Amino acid sequence: MLDFLYKLFGRDGGSKNVAKERLRLVLLHDRTSISPQLMDTLKVELIKVISNYMEIDEESLEVSLDSSGTTVALVANIPVKGIKRAARTTA
Amino acid sequence: MGEVIVITSGKGGVGKTTTTANIGAGLAARGYKVVMVDADIGLRNLDVVLGLENRIVFDLVDVTSGNCRLRQALIKDKRLEGLHLLPAAQTKDKTAVSPEQMKALCEELKKEFDYVIIDCPAGIEQGFKNAIAGADKAVVVTTPEVAAVRDADRIIGLLEAAELREPKLIINRIRPKMVRQGDMMSIEDIIDILAIDLLGVIPEDEMIVITTNRGEPVVLNQNSRSGQAYRNITARLLGEEVPFMNLEEEPGLWGRLRKIIGLK
Repeated sequence: MLDFLYKLFGRDGGSKNVAKERLRLVLLHDRTSISPQLMDTLKVELIKVISNYMEIDEESLEVSLDSSGTTVALVANIPVKGIKRAARTTA
Repeated sequence: MGEVIVITSGKGGVGKTTTTANIGAGLAARGYKVVMVDADIGLRNLDVVLGLENRIVFDLVDVTSGNCRLRQALIKDKRLEGLHLLPAAQTKDKTAVSPEQMKALCEELKKEFDYVIIDCPAGIEQGFKNAIAGADKAVVVTTPEVAAVRDADRIIGLLEAAELREPKLIINRIRPKMVRQGDMMSIEDIIDILAIDLLGVIPEDEMIVITTNRGEPVVLNQNSRSGQAYRNITARLLGEEVPFMNLEEEPGLWGRLRKIIGLK
């Protein structure tokens, strides 16, 4: 009954909010389309920085843009082979 | 020297052709010399919307490939002095014309006409690239739906990448009642998302169906809301300041009752 009344008076938030939220997300993805070259450059730079502290498996390193729920995240899967001595002592 | 305006949208079926026809007719009704170019090669429609389908002899591809002179392919509208159509070819495809040829054609038309209005095909491929090649300004048409707004966003990005800065937005087929009920994105919602200037809003209107059935632009119909919306858009294109029309329909009995008891 309450549902019916809400509908009648247009107070149920409405489907437009769903539309807006879906649109916001879809545009977030559309607009963050990054070129493969840029992704490669990012990868190289990441390897450079991380190598200062850790020994990593450069071959199986994976970097990608990922979405979960309402956010887009930069996901990097970087297998670590070992920690460098310098890093161990300063930490 | 005239001005070339391309009417585009990305998504199909949002009202590009109807908008092209009405802006063209609207400008001609204001006394300007106008040519509308149907760039949708292979899916010719602007001729039918304008009721000029029986008068086509030559088309756009005949002109660009040198089969006829430009003047021979232009169809003169009998209702409006100054309104002309350059129809698309129906039996060719988008690759029959190149962006360079379109650019040259627009330059040619600009010499003779005050306004060149280009009806862009749906999509972002060759047909789109052809249609925008010679344009000075762009108008993006959308409807209050997720898919249409998404495609409009993509098109705005592509227009800006092609140096067509500051495209203007037309929101078509808005239903004030649904907006009020929270079941349709409002003008503000869409502007907020797309972040471009609004050129006009056209309410959903049965008169569009009726006038299109007859092949007459609704902009010439003095009693319709959509006709008024297109007249306003025409005026804004001419640089006039026109307030956005009140989209609220006349309240029915229930609407008035709701107002009285303060539920609005």
